[in-house]
Amino acid sequence: MQKKMAYSFPDEVLEHVFSFIQSDKDRNAVSMVCKSWYDIERWCRRKIFVGNCYAVNPRIVIRRFPEVRSIELKGKPHFADFNLVPDGWGGYVFPWILEMARAYPWLEEIRLKRMVVTDESLELIAKSFKNFKVLVLFSCEGFSTDGLAAIAASCKNLRELDLRDSEVDDLSGHWLSHFPETYTSLVSLNISCLGSDEVSFSALERLVGRCPNLRTLLLNRAVPLDKIANILRRAPQLVEFGTGTYTAELRPDVFSYLAGAFSSCKELRSLSGFWEAVPAYIPAIYSVCSRLTSLNLSFATIQNPDLIKLVSLCPSLQRLLVLDYIEDSGLEALASSCKDLQELRVFPSDPFGVEPNVSLTEQGLVAISWGCPKLESVLYFCRQMSNAALVTIAQNRPNLTRFRLCIIDPKTVDYLTHEPLDVGFGAIVEHCKDLRRLSLSGLLTDRVFDYIGTYAKKLEMLSVAFAGDSDLGLHHVLSGCESLRKLEIRDCPFGDKALLANAAKLETMRSLWMSSCSVSFGACKLLGQKMPRLNVEVIDERGHPDSRPESCPVDKLYIYRSVAGPRVDMPPFVWTKDEDSSLRLS
Amino acid sequence: MSPENGKHLPENYATGLNFEATELTLGLPGKPRVTISDGGAKSGTKRGFLETVDLNLGDKDCGQSQIDVQEAAKSPVSKAQVVGWPPVRGFRKNAMKSCKYVKVAVDGAPYLRKVDLQMYSSYQLLLSSLEDMFSCFIMRNYLNEKKIVDQVNGLEYVPTYEDKDGDWMMVGDVPWQMFVESCKRLRLMKSSEAIGLAPNTPPKCSSTT
Repeated sequence: MQKKMAYSFPDEVLEHVFSFIQSDKDRNAVSMVCKSWYDIERWCRRKIFVGNCYAVNPRIVIRRFPEVRSIELKGKPHFADFNLVPDGWGGYVFPWILEMARAYPWLEEIRLKRMVVTDESLELIAKSFKNFKVLVLFSCEGFSTDGLAAIAASCKNLRELDLRDSEVDDLSGHWLSHFPETYTSLVSLNISCLGSDEVSFSALERLVGRCPNLRTLLLNRAVPLDKIANILRRAPQLVEFGTGTYTAELRPDVFSYLAGAFSSCKELRSLSGFWEAVPAYIPAIYSVCSRLTSLNLSFATIQNPDLIKLVSLCPSLQRLLVLDYIEDSGLEALASSCKDLQELRVFPSDPFGVEPNVSLTEQGLVAISWGCPKLESVLYFCRQMSNAALVTIAQNRPNLTRFRLCIIDPKTVDYLTHEPLDVGFGAIVEHCKDLRRLSLSGLLTDRVFDYIGTYAKKLEMLSVAFAGDSDLGLHHVLSGCESLRKLEIRDCPFGDKALLANAAKLETMRSLWMSSCSVSFGACKLLGQKMPRLNVEVIDERGHPDSRPESCPVDKLYIYRSVAGPRVDMPPFVWTKDEDSSLRLS
Repeated sequence: MSPENGKHLPENYATGLNFEATELTLGLPGKPRVTISDGGAKSGTKRGFLETVDLNLGDKDCGQSQIDVQEAAKSPVSKAQVVGWPPVRGFRKNAMKSCKYVKVAVDGAPYLRKVDLQMYSSYQLLLSSLEDMFSCFIMRNYLNEKKIVDQVNGLEYVPTYEDKDGDWMMVGDVPWQMFVESCKRLRLMKSSEAIGLAPNTPPKCSSTT
């Protein structure tokens, strides 16, 4: 009966209905209803998200979804951000571009995160996709300004070029001049990661001047303060702006010209940049402060009282990124001025210093938890913490969805009671029932993992370092956290037992990273053998793991589910169960 | 094959069968490692951090903590550091001071490293760090000749750098700060190729990187 009903709708009607369903999860659910829905859905899916580029391969994707317009791929594991993944590990986008160039001539959007992108890939993108609109390279590397020149020269319909946090070989600032004079469709440009080499200012000004739809412009450090005003005056419609280096000798004419330029930008809602910012020029932005919803001062060297004064002028702030120069006093001021605050990130100004250089403690975060009812996302670096503070924060802010606390010294105890911080983090997971992401720090025993396994039912990503006593800790997490997708662990005494006992769980997750733990190569091989749909990869630059005793732990371990089988581009320092090093091709 | 169970000594890469050193790889054959027993004497930094934190890595024989030697080359005011901790992205670490990352190439090796010149206060520390980075080399007479020798094949390498004008110069001839400001990239050049690259009269030298 139901089968008949499904066939009674013409495909076009179903397709039209499906076009209102945008989220991947819903689309995936739709495709599982019945075979005909699967077939109709796959022909009309336009947007693909691949959270791990090795979980699938381009051929499989293209075979199932022939008409894709937008793709997002993620490559290296998150800990690559902290230099834990050796160069040459993988995450190459070129094989994807090659296949898609053939199969998706109408591809419009490519978004990549932590992938290796070569100039060759960029050149191939430039010449293969006639209607290419969006290129986002988030924390990518491997390309130079030559590749960008190719994109600029060929992509006549480009709307968005976002290089955020990527490592680019800055060969020449002249790549910007490769945008033809007829090109006017730029909406978003983020070049904030580019190095200190010169940017062609005149090319930049002309580009900005001829693109009336430009909404987002994030400049790099090479753009000096005295060039900003001219750029702003050419783009008063900007919504998001990132300055370059924000320092210069105070000159009243430069100051007033700049202040005037900012005040003419009535749509401005987000500011960032501010490298080496000097207090003298901060008031130039005061006119836009009341409208700002997002402010990134995490590269700004300004301190209190200038910093406090600035944030106090921004009552509409929803998102603030700042250095610990803000101190507890600044966070207290923030708590009373910014009632709309949703996201706060406090970065360390001196992460490797032995002694604290600022007066920022757990008190600042507690103050925010009292004062900001909409707070849901926290990233906080500090040097001391207490269980009492964490309990208070948890009770005040049960609406937290992302909580990342980094107490700078590993295994720091509760400074009041000298106990581990198990109870504090336990309170966080118990009260914050919608918590999706959690990063732990401080001295933690297996107990905290018991709490996490018991309460953190919506937790999707967990980051653990220098914590736990035994395999029981890992077991609590793997057996209790029903929604867990990504788990990353470093320097914890977790070994074979918990891993093997929870092997099936690993297939329900995107990935597991473990480095400097106690997992043996034997266990890795066994896991790889028992679970054919998991890729179990050992990263060890010391040579073949078999050349060390069985009991010697592997250096790093990355396990992820995949329908593509073992990958074919493994470098020499990645070992799997199939290893015979003499047959290995590099 | 490997002479001792459970120990990885840097010398292993200089002797015996080291396929890794000859394979084309983007990784390094001699990645700097400081074992706990080593004492880290080279870098001369405080060991307080390692001694007070029980890293509890299980089998102590082969448990190693990775120390980022570049950062250990800092003055003793900062601690010996663990790789990737605290979890701060590279571009943030250098936001407080002007960063001065330059690429380091070694003739004959298919990989590059990057060093932050701001981390060092003298040529001695920089060259010592380069020695650690490319651990099959040892330093010879660096105070006078600033040469680096490959233990395996006995080849001598001369540290050179490309300055702001694109000229290749010998490392060590200008005051340190001037060098930091003008250096764009480093290259450990084979001595045989460095002939003719005299200090103060640097001819244009084509880079192989």
